[in-house]
Amino acid sequence: MTALSRRALLAAGGALVVSVPLGGQAQTPASPPDTANLPGSLKGAPYLDAWIRIDSDGDITVFTGKAELGQGIKTALLQIAAEELSVRVGRPRLVTADTALTPNEGYTAGSHSLQDSGTAIRVAAAQVRQVLLQEAVAILQHPAGQLRLDDGAVVGPDGRRINYGALIPPGILHVVARPDTQLKAPASFIVISTNVPRVDIPAKATGGQAYVQDMRLPGMLHARVVRPPCQGSRLAGLDTGAVAAMAGVTQVVRDGDFLAVVARKEFQAIKAMRALAAAARWQAPEHALPRQAEIFTHLAGLPAQDIKVLDTRRPPGAAGRTLSARYTRAYQMHGSIGPSCAVAQLLDGVMTIWTHTQGVYPDRAAIAELLDMPPAQVRCIHVEGSGCYGHNGADDAAADAALIARAAPGQPVRLQWMREQENGWEPMGPAMASEVRASLDASGRIVDWDYAVWSNTHSTRPGNAGSLLAGQLLAKPFTPPPPKPIPMPEGGGDRNSIPLYALPSARVVYHFIPQMPLRVSAMRGLGAYMNVFSIESFIDELALAAGADPVAFRLRHLDDPRARAVVARAAEGFGWAGAKPAAGHGHGFAFARYKNLAAYCAVAVEIAVERETGRTRLVRAVAAVDAGQVVNPDGLRNQVEGAILQSSSWTLYESATFDAAGVTSLDWSSYPIMRFDAVPASVEVHVIDQPDAPFLGAGECGQGPAAAAVANAMAQATGKRLRDLPLTREKVKAAIGV
Amino acid sequence: MILNINGQQQTVDADPDTPLLYVLRGELGLNGAKYGCGLGQCGACTVLVDNRAAFSCITPVAVLADKRIVTLEGLGSADNPGPLQHAFIEEQAAQCGYCTAGMIMRAEGLLRRNNQPAEAEIRAAMQPNLCRCGTHMRILRAVRRAAAVIRKNAEAGQ
Repeated sequence: MTALSRRALLAAGGALVVSVPLGGQAQTPASPPDTANLPGSLKGAPYLDAWIRIDSDGDITVFTGKAELGQGIKTALLQIAAEELSVRVGRPRLVTADTALTPNEGYTAGSHSLQDSGTAIRVAAAQVRQVLLQEAVAILQHPAGQLRLDDGAVVGPDGRRINYGALIPPGILHVVARPDTQLKAPASFIVISTNVPRVDIPAKATGGQAYVQDMRLPGMLHARVVRPPCQGSRLAGLDTGAVAAMAGVTQVVRDGDFLAVVARKEFQAIKAMRALAAAARWQAPEHALPRQAEIFTHLAGLPAQDIKVLDTRRPPGAAGRTLSARYTRAYQMHGSIGPSCAVAQLLDGVMTIWTHTQGVYPDRAAIAELLDMPPAQVRCIHVEGSGCYGHNGADDAAADAALIARAAPGQPVRLQWMREQENGWEPMGPAMASEVRASLDASGRIVDWDYAVWSNTHSTRPGNAGSLLAGQLLAKPFTPPPPKPIPMPEGGGDRNSIPLYALPSARVVYHFIPQMPLRVSAMRGLGAYMNVFSIESFIDELALAAGADPVAFRLRHLDDPRARAVVARAAEGFGWAGAKPAAGHGHGFAFARYKNLAAYCAVAVEIAVERETGRTRLVRAVAAVDAGQVVNPDGLRNQVEGAILQSSSWTLYESATFDAAGVTSLDWSSYPIMRFDAVPASVEVHVIDQPDAPFLGAGECGQGPAAAAVANAMAQATGKRLRDLPLTREKVKAAIGV
Repeated sequence: MILNINGQQQTVDADPDTPLLYVLRGELGLNGAKYGCGLGQCGACTVLVDNRAAFSCITPVAVLADKRIVTLEGLGSADNPGPLQHAFIEEQAAQCGYCTAGMIMRAEGLLRRNNQPAEAEIRAAMQPNLCRCGTHMRILRAVRRAAAVIRKNAEAGQ
């Protein structure tokens, strides 16, 4: 068999062979390949060499359109590629989100990275492995069954080795992936399902260049923006004379209400920013923000679009008791420890932006529109920033940097926001409200369920140039696209609004409120945090009414065996059965399957409430998680541990404050988050592995269950049910009447 | 002016009111200390000044002549990490890691004055530093692990 015919054979199954590798002038097939049956992100980028390339020296490069956000995705994707390619984890190089190099995988969000990118890389790598074997068969003259792959070489039964590089002629990987590609059996895994240490941590622990904040390009200038004092303020007058004369200042950039200063050194830029802010006269906006104390009344008065999420109502049977409750959640902040940052450079007509955006491609489209440049002349390269937990200031900072760099052609410009700018302008997690009513029959089963949730959108991501703060400030401003609800099954405000419990009659309605008093967008878990908090709090209220143990009550209404298994494992790990909390302590339990389609997570907590102060402390937490096939168990535990602590912080402390002019929680004293004195004694995460089951995203699965478990434990500890997030010590004190 | 940083005399070109953070990052190209808040509220910028943890974002260089400054880079390297750096890697005590440098320096300040801290002493010492990813449990484990190593090294040295 000639090489050519072997390749033709490999290309069978609807695939097309194109002779020039990607990046060159590849001939695009006349009709796009049929990708409907391809798994994960292969649907959008079906060619093997979009994901895996091997050069003639045998160097392997893996490409992903997803970005490292601190969730450990680099390591997990390298594990997957290394496993299927039979090489050490350290061998392949990984290129992450870059509009010039990687597939377009949209946003790194929604706990999708392993499901989408991990699946694509696994299938692509497995098929590359088959290409390598088949090529080696011809050269080594042994059947494939007698060959083995050994860290970058194919080895024959006689010990002869051929480097992968010698087996991959140019173009051979430019074929469409096959959906039926044979994957390695989990029993033979060497790398997947093991605790490979994170590849990024050594640099972070020793001062290596790890973040966009650490970039230093030759001749790089430092910039700072000056934001309006209020949302909607207009710049009425500006005297830049004094600022321009300050030491190190190279430029003041103004376009409408967009204002920035550039200097040679970073602290010079900061001092100039302060001087520029003092030199600007702003005209107050016509519209003031609603009063914070009345925010839920205000939101309820805004026009809403009513979306029927679920309606399986039947005439009610013999209901015993009916209960109802209303829950609310304040605006909350992402609160990244490192304020947003970007580096941009306009060189030879190409704008390059190094950014910690979650979506290099959508960000590029928005910034290209902002700059009135063709997208092909704008390149966005992801470089890590501080953890974002959703849509923080990253995209806006990238746009700011690009505008400033355009005004200083040729020179790289580094722009970082100040703490007060991050807190003041980041899009927050929206304030939300929910109402639920349910009936129990005489046997203590739920026979009727009626749930409604009110929320703004949970995504104002770009979008277009109007989605970017700078786009709204320019002399010729861009208009943001109208806010839209994210459709189910993933949902936005209605994410996880359908309980996973068996309910014979149920209705769920999402009252989507388009008008946004404060700037809001995606924050870890979106509506799932609030909906799971509401549903799982109310399940405990129902269990109490039914005189049932909360765990037994959940199991009574759960049919899905994987859901039952995580509930049982968390309860067992916690020692739930028969455990009696000490005085002032409470035990709480909660469960959800993220989006009803990703990872299953159950959380049990013990909390202690100090009666005199109302201060609540998380004492210990035990979680169980089923994320399908696990790639890195310690990485998964790290995510769920973090989710529990972060969600506990949201739940116990966090609410953004604002007055008529804007956000007032501009630092960590006005927006306190969990500190070490409130960290629990122990957090335990039990991982239920499901070998060979599809990857289920787990990055956000703990946010809702942790919140509800804390609330349920507080109800047990105090005898009072708190339903207004956050559950601050002031509210606890008021509830227990101390 | 001249500053003693990681055991070396460094001549830096900075106005006296410049916070140490910007001199470390801008003049000396050191990545360890991070800008987080500029207010001494988060600890991302933590370094040691005469063996005590300090917020470099609010410490002007004018007050640092004759002081011994140690940054994350002064504790070791990726190839030869110091005990705390090694412990953070062993315990995988990071998610995004933006707070890591400050956490390590805060803990270094503790362990230099007390290499057998009680759990409550560790937590109290770490109180000024914020982690948003929720890796606190791992950070505490790493500090305990490093303390044990430092004690062992000290005993072996005696």
